[in-house]
Amino acid sequence: MPIQVLMPALSPTMEKGNLAKWLKKEGETIKSGDVIAEIETDKATMEVEATDEGTLGKILIPEGTADVAVNTPIATILADGESAADLAKVPAAPAPQPKAAEAAPAAEAKAEAPQPAAKAPAAPVSEALPDPEIPAGTEMVTQTIREALRDAMAEEMRRDGDVFIMGEEVAEYQGAYKVTQGLLQEFGARRVIDTPITEHGFAGVGVGAAMAGLKPIVEFMTWNFAMQAIDQIINSAAKTLYMSGGQMGCSIVFRGPNGAAARVAAQHSQDYAAWYSQIPGLKVIAPYSAADYKGLLKAAIRDPNPVIFLENEVLYGHTGEVPKLADFIVPIGKARIARAGKDVTLVSWAMGMSYALKAADELAKEGIDAEVIDLRTIRPMDTETIINSVKKTGRAVTVEEGWQQSGVGSEVAARIMEHAFDYLDAPVARVSGKDVPMPYAANLEKLALPSVAEVVAAAKAVSYR
Amino acid sequence: MAAPKKTVAKESGQEKAGSPPEFSKEQEFKALRDMLLIRRFEEKAGQLYGMGAIGGFCHLYIGQEAVVVGMQMALKQGDEVITGYRDHGHMLACDMEAKGVMAELTGRRGGYSRGKGGSMHMFSKEKHFYGGHGIVGAQVSLGTGLAFANRYRGNDNVSVTYFGDGAANQGQVYESFNMAELWKLPVIYVIENNRYAMGTSVSRASAQQDFSKRGASFNIPGRQVDGMDVRAVKAAADEATAWCRGGNGPMILEMQTYRYRGHSMSDPAKYRTREEVEKVRHDQDPIEQVRNRLLASGVSEQDLKAIDAEVREIVNEAADFAQHDPEPDASELYTDIYR
Repeated sequence: MPIQVLMPALSPTMEKGNLAKWLKKEGETIKSGDVIAEIETDKATMEVEATDEGTLGKILIPEGTADVAVNTPIATILADGESAADLAKVPAAPAPQPKAAEAAPAAEAKAEAPQPAAKAPAAPVSEALPDPEIPAGTEMVTQTIREALRDAMAEEMRRDGDVFIMGEEVAEYQGAYKVTQGLLQEFGARRVIDTPITEHGFAGVGVGAAMAGLKPIVEFMTWNFAMQAIDQIINSAAKTLYMSGGQMGCSIVFRGPNGAAARVAAQHSQDYAAWYSQIPGLKVIAPYSAADYKGLLKAAIRDPNPVIFLENEVLYGHTGEVPKLADFIVPIGKARIARAGKDVTLVSWAMGMSYALKAADELAKEGIDAEVIDLRTIRPMDTETIINSVKKTGRAVTVEEGWQQSGVGSEVAARIMEHAFDYLDAPVARVSGKDVPMPYAANLEKLALPSVAEVVAAAKAVSYR
Repeated sequence: MAAPKKTVAKESGQEKAGSPPEFSKEQEFKALRDMLLIRRFEEKAGQLYGMGAIGGFCHLYIGQEAVVVGMQMALKQGDEVITGYRDHGHMLACDMEAKGVMAELTGRRGGYSRGKGGSMHMFSKEKHFYGGHGIVGAQVSLGTGLAFANRYRGNDNVSVTYFGDGAANQGQVYESFNMAELWKLPVIYVIENNRYAMGTSVSRASAQQDFSKRGASFNIPGRQVDGMDVRAVKAAADEATAWCRGGNGPMILEMQTYRYRGHSMSDPAKYRTREEVEKVRHDQDPIEQVRNRLLASGVSEQDLKAIDAEVREIVNEAADFAQHDPEPDASELYTDIYR
């Protein structure tokens, strides 16, 4: 039976790619290891090697097709003795493996393959309410979050010669996740600096440079690796201003992907929002929308204090609307009402917003009008926006991917209890990652993360429905 | 001395043999005065600690004075200094005021950190002193970052980064060495080998006890220096600053020195004999060396006593200020967390 060649997944979070080029023609002989095609992911162009031998029977996805979902059959290979007539025997596209995280909604699109340029939708970064930071009538551009981050850094580096970026693979490789794409070309090796794999050391070098008055952006390939550097972040960066009686501060941004990506297991999937948010002297930002990613990173770079900027790898490739303004800044410490409602308040941030917004859609179908607050900044926390909402709804659910004990949701719940106890009609509910190290197996990983269903259930529970 | 070291290493060896370049009389006087100030200051701090006026940890620098004084004599305006928690001597050598340092030790509002840092955490932007760091080894990456900023700005300042034989075993020290040599950063790593990391002798903690070789795998040149002889320290510092300012990258100076007091005020120092301490004091004391040279050169006891008196005056005034200056206002609790 002819062999199907499927669109390969070339990174843990890849959902789709462009079939850039076929390097073999129909009827050509293929040996194992031959490069048969080039595929563009959102990060790079990769070569696809054949793992089977035979003759290229039929090209199912023509070159130049964009957004081909992972696992879509792209070609068939005929084994020795088979002919084009055998192609008819190929069964319909296999049912795709369900992807673990709800965070990867594109998985559902795979069933619709092999339509070229399939739907593989961008994540629904739904923004029901306009952002008050964006003046009415502003022209918007559609960007990936990766591009929004890059533009934020480039704009600030153009503006201030003291701003530079250092980290692993940020320069010549163009960023492990391509967030720093093009920066080396524009700003040169003096300001875009590849470091050795030495988190503790380069975090300290960055803090020292900041004490001397420079404004470093320190990229961690993931926040998981920053545990090697946490002493410099907390003991040196966060505390020096206080310990020096205000003489010596530290204007520095530590940034990189945080939390669960997809199928990378316990050591690469931790959410550090709660850890850093406990530290006086640090500011902690964890955005969700593309506009917030850009506006808050620019604000973080300008801030004279050490800022922890928590990104999400799954979101890097997702697109959203970013205002086309010469200098778009989102103030640190202000939450945003992402969706207005009157029945229950869902408080979330970063990736948690994807569950909260979808849950709000589900709840609406059942007649529950949820208000969704995107905290955006974890420290300083915008308590006022939370409290005002809870005073209106009388019910609250927190949603986060991080663990529950001593988590950010726990802090939100405590503040609601302290400031709005008399307004509550039900105890605050917390939806969070489960109290386990992140498992690898797809089904277990899915169980370990929060789900839309859990948010819906919690919202109904606090509504006594 | 290690074979791979270049010509200057031999000079360093000759210094150890007892022939560092002579100081002028002015230099001898300055060295004596600055070392005496540190010693009398530290003795007073120890006394105030015993009286309960200074709290927490207090690590005295007595015995090691020649290191910071000799280094400082080779520096120019703009060079940065950073060290660990045994930092009082470094601050005085950087010309920070004794009053402000002592008042910080007593936790008063006139202290360099307005009473919020204490013995281990003091800074002076004006004097280019970058702390005062309580986490062993952390200052090594930070000092490398100061050098990075010099390189970034294209100035010719040098970062003088001090740490001890104990900190020399921390991992981030080697991460920093690697980046400093890779990027040719102007940083002098001054390893103050006082033979004990708290209570653990060098021989019990260090596989490579020649600290000048600790940068060998990164191609960082190193020198072993008699850290009890202020002239030898100054000579090594001259070489190292020239090396760094010349764009050659970092250099390591192992200062062989000795701390007379315990690791901190609460250390009974049972890990070494009284005789060992007495022998160093008697044979190698950095202050006595200068004093004896001056006397031998015909300077009168009277002249030396004048220096003693001047220094005691400064220290007494500092101690008096530090005990009478008010504590920080309660409102200071919530200031300086963000700016």
